[in-house]
Amino acid sequence: MQPFRVHSGIVAPLDRANVDTDAIIPKQFLKSIKRSGFGPNLFDEWRYLDHGEPGMDHTKRPHNPQFVLNDPRYARASILLARRNFGCGSSREHAPWALADFGFRALIAPSYADIFHNNCYKNGLLPIVLPESQVDRLFADTYAFPGFQLTIDLERQVVATVDGALAFGFDVEPFRKHCLLNGLDDIGLTLQHADTIQEFEAKRLAEQPWLV
Amino acid sequence: MARTLYDKLWDSHVVREEADGTALLYIDRHLVHEVTSPQAYEGLALAGRKPWRVSSVVATADHNTPTKDWHRGIEDPISRMQVETLDQNIRAHGAKAYFPFLHKHQGIVHVIGPEQGATLPGMTVVCGDSHTSTHGAFAALAFGIGTSEVEHVLATQCLIMKKAKSMLIRVDGRLPAGVTAKDLVLAIIGRIGTAGGTGHAIEFAGEAIRALSMEGRMTVCNMAIEAGARAGMVAADQRTIDYVKGRPFAPTGAMWDRAVAHWRTLVSDDGARYDTTHVFAAAAVRPQVTWGTSPEMVAAIDERVPDPDRERDATRREGIARALAYMGLTPNTPMTDIRIDKVFIGSCTNSRIEDLRQAAAVVRGRRVAGSVKLALVVPGSGLVKAQAEAEGLDRVFRDAGFEWREPGCSMCLAMNDDRLAPGERCASTSNRNFEGRQGAGGRTHLVSPAMAAAAAVAGHFVDVRRLY
Repeated sequence: MQPFRVHSGIVAPLDRANVDTDAIIPKQFLKSIKRSGFGPNLFDEWRYLDHGEPGMDHTKRPHNPQFVLNDPRYARASILLARRNFGCGSSREHAPWALADFGFRALIAPSYADIFHNNCYKNGLLPIVLPESQVDRLFADTYAFPGFQLTIDLERQVVATVDGALAFGFDVEPFRKHCLLNGLDDIGLTLQHADTIQEFEAKRLAEQPWLV
Repeated sequence: MARTLYDKLWDSHVVREEADGTALLYIDRHLVHEVTSPQAYEGLALAGRKPWRVSSVVATADHNTPTKDWHRGIEDPISRMQVETLDQNIRAHGAKAYFPFLHKHQGIVHVIGPEQGATLPGMTVVCGDSHTSTHGAFAALAFGIGTSEVEHVLATQCLIMKKAKSMLIRVDGRLPAGVTAKDLVLAIIGRIGTAGGTGHAIEFAGEAIRALSMEGRMTVCNMAIEAGARAGMVAADQRTIDYVKGRPFAPTGAMWDRAVAHWRTLVSDDGARYDTTHVFAAAAVRPQVTWGTSPEMVAAIDERVPDPDRERDATRREGIARALAYMGLTPNTPMTDIRIDKVFIGSCTNSRIEDLRQAAAVVRGRRVAGSVKLALVVPGSGLVKAQAEAEGLDRVFRDAGFEWREPGCSMCLAMNDDRLAPGERCASTSNRNFEGRQGAGGRTHLVSPAMAAAAAVAGHFVDVRRLY
């Protein structure tokens, strides 16, 4: 996994609540057996005017000029600013895969759905939670200043404007922070406790043999 | 100290815990389907790892599989490749049980788990599918995971987790006649919202929950995720034990007695404390119909489509206006004036035998309205289908003009050919009314099986209680 330490990038505003993972990556693209290549189909139904199917050449598809990510201002965005309960619905990890493949490294929203939030961390994508009032402020600034950028420092747990005039602290669980800062593979870490797992399992299956 | 059911399930599965509360949680049952597992098996192979305990895995193909013309196989080559990849992965690594495409016990993963006795009280049950919360109906700790976690469970039999907060949803009294588990859970989501349960594990309790069949409890727990909670659960009682008895993977003989003695402890202790409590009166619940693009956008059948101008919160107001534009609905329209094009009875929420019986009871002796283009019944599994046919329900549906299909996820998420065309409006017993969920541009109204059947007959939404 790609480590996340300090990241500066352009902010794209997605101004609607309860964005679900079906919207982030529609079901027809879930038929892929790979982890990569989902970026062109991120927000497919909002982003294009035609109906997308796997295998289509996305460079030839008509873009929806009303959709925020099609605004040239946000073409190179790497931080997505969103509203509450972002990522609700289906557990599909294709959602963070698509966001990361598009080029996003971090998200900022007042809240996320639990499974999506968890899936982000497994893919080097940092889902930052800020209070509604601070998110409102960032939306206003993003709209007001073309090229609006933020710098995210995970070690210090701070989101700030590039000039440092505005800075917000954020919370992150220590274990998740450690994994993200170092790009650590969860499975490798867990297998360091293989003996403990084996011991637990043997005891459990002896006590409740119907679980085998 | 008095413990909740969630405390008991959590405590009994913690392998180890870090100082900050991050735990390694042991997983008893791992349900696997074709959409969210290929990348996990690939990751395992790339790292040179093997599954930790193959006997924990129960697998089936359900999302991509067609629901008709099974003799023609899977015609979409990408869908077929995904299903064949699951075949190969199970062949290579093994499983306790595999119900592949065309198997007579194949079906929706959340229907066949309980049906086979592969879901047992006291288990941790995971699956790369958010509706895994369904299995919590058996006093199990069951929740959906992403593909990285599918790989993590395959490789280590554990997940890295922090304990969620606990929520009690207590439903006092009895549901009125004609009001079902689906109406109840939609009403709950309507009140607490789609993020109401975020960060929580929900225990559903109270007289109305106790009175529900296991099928009804599964419907309620299934939609815990639509209230934002990864896990929903119901305490074990005699009904739980009776349902499990005699299932293929349920224990037998002396082992059964030992298991039952343990399962009877899977209840919240008197005086156990919850972080959050919501109380509902069952008697006040009416048949529900969603009008928007989120399950919380729901109204009772005798209400009207809301007016965004009456909403004071700006984000919510824009959300309502956007949803009504997508749904092609005018504010203040009576719910009973909404006409439908298609009907879908199926999904992991409502495709079990009791659901089909409830729908058939409404349909019997009636005809699907001429204005309805397609009315589908998709049983949850091969066994549900066989049971329904033994009871003659397939005839009831067919005689009324419904199509009687093969089992699978079908038009709940439209990964196969069953889908809505742009602008089509559907009465659906599934769980999500998101934009495009049942087909790009499709408009979904979530309802109970009885309400879907009533809408099929009337051509528009109608209070099913008037049809009995």
